[in-house]
Amino acid sequence: MRRILVGVKRVVDYNVRVRVKPDGSGVALDGVKMSINPFDEIALEEALRLKERGAADEIIVASIGPADAQQQLRTALAMGADRALLVQATAASEGSSDSLEPLALARIFLALVSREQPLMLILGKQAIDDDNSQTGPMLAALWDRPQATFASKIDIRGSVATVVREVDQGLETLEVELPAVFTTDLRLNEPRYVKLPDIMKAKKKPLETVTLESLGVAGEARVKAVRFEPPAQRQKGILVRDASELVAALRQRGLL
Amino acid sequence: MGRVLVVAEHDGATLSSSTARCVTCARSLPGSAVTVVVCAADAGAVAAQAAQIEGVARVLKIENPANTHPLAAILAPQLAEACAGYAHVLGPSTTFGKDLMPRLAALLGAPQVSDIMAVESATRFRRPIYAGNVIVTVEVAGAETIVGTVRTASYAAAPNGGKATIETAAVSKGVPTHTRFVTVSAPKTDRPELQSARRVISGGRALGSAQGFEMLYRLADKLGAAVGASRAAVDAGYVPNEMQVGQTGKIIAPELYVAIGISGAIQHLTGIKDARTIVAINKDAEAPIFEVADIGLVGDLFEVVPQLEKLLA
Repeated sequence: MRRILVGVKRVVDYNVRVRVKPDGSGVALDGVKMSINPFDEIALEEALRLKERGAADEIIVASIGPADAQQQLRTALAMGADRALLVQATAASEGSSDSLEPLALARIFLALVSREQPLMLILGKQAIDDDNSQTGPMLAALWDRPQATFASKIDIRGSVATVVREVDQGLETLEVELPAVFTTDLRLNEPRYVKLPDIMKAKKKPLETVTLESLGVAGEARVKAVRFEPPAQRQKGILVRDASELVAALRQRGLL
Repeated sequence: MGRVLVVAEHDGATLSSSTARCVTCARSLPGSAVTVVVCAADAGAVAAQAAQIEGVARVLKIENPANTHPLAAILAPQLAEACAGYAHVLGPSTTFGKDLMPRLAALLGAPQVSDIMAVESATRFRRPIYAGNVIVTVEVAGAETIVGTVRTASYAAAPNGGKATIETAAVSKGVPTHTRFVTVSAPKTDRPELQSARRVISGGRALGSAQGFEMLYRLADKLGAAVGASRAAVDAGYVPNEMQVGQTGKIIAPELYVAIGISGAIQHLTGIKDARTIVAINKDAEAPIFEVADIGLVGDLFEVVPQLEKLLA
């Protein structure tokens, strides 16, 4: 069985403008819309397309987080994943001060890897809440397997993946032997919309809850958030009417 | 005395300015002695450049033909062997560092602090989260080594003027062969590099096409500026991915940033908030870019940009 394991994180929705709690103890998350991390949605879409092209047989989605992350796993099942795993752990988001650190998440994924023996593990390149961008490469290191981060194109031939990566210099192409870890960039694909009948069907798909103890992993949290604050605001600017006023303003500031 | 290791970013011949920015961050750690490590097939030229950075005490070369291209799976085990005993191991928060440093951290069993924007103590750092909407202070406890990526826009490049010793690190580990470099498409340009440019002109979806960007290239060449873009312009295929500025693209801190036809989504703004002066040209007076602009011009970019080009001739 050629399996793909996809990581799905429950995060504050892309369109929500988050606010710091007045006492600086965290981010106000009450009543805020939660969604699948957009990069993870791209990861799942890629897994589904690989299965549709015959390069995989089963897609498993896994989330590490609170019981509420079942909502995101159900959405992932509705998109087309075959089954879901919820590893119940303290909210893995930077909104609280006791989040699991990415190395702990990587250890949990490694335990899932040894349980499920996937050919590919696809994760988002970063979560849009903590913006850490660490878990994928950490997992690849612990697993001692290749990593292809920031992927914008994945081709599988036999046991080798050819991956185009979005790097600062441009586009880099790598060949990696499977099994391997992939992290997704924005332009890898455009995730599909979930249709109503699929939501109904997803209710019958298996969703298993797993504890850290059963995986034999201890949650580690050596990096503690101690204070949250809004970013410094820029001073109010001026408006100019036309190009010549703009050039004059730039000259006056010594910028030209 | 804390020992700090900075992992150099380079292209085999030239050291990236991100390294000198990491050195500035490294020197803000209390009582730090800074070593720069250069992994390359032939590290000589890059090591010599690193040795000139002020505040660098030592440069370590790790040479191996497999190090011709910076592949994380190949570099990380060599670095893990060479960098035992450092209190901090830093790399730039560029695609190079974001790929490599977590892999290295996992091999060291060390926690990583990403996108360090300020050092408060040897164990306390400030970093942006939620696309820069929130700044969090983190405290690291119980770690012998802390790995960090440095938000390069938050630090000026350390000047030249140093004279570090250069040594070769002996690495005994073999390197894996499961990851192979094929190619990189690096378009040739005479314009300055986006991440270190003093002036940057960026365009958004309002430019309408790849041809629309030609106008910006001409303006940029008049100003000696680099050209960037919003995610929307990259997604639309007007410009290649390496030009994207923002949360998931490049984080930059030029002296002058000119946003043309960019509405200013929060994900874009987080990439430019350290720019000294932001200029916005947009026909929508309500566009969020005007909330952060030092100088705003409400107008049609297809009229304003050619006028600017003429005025700067």
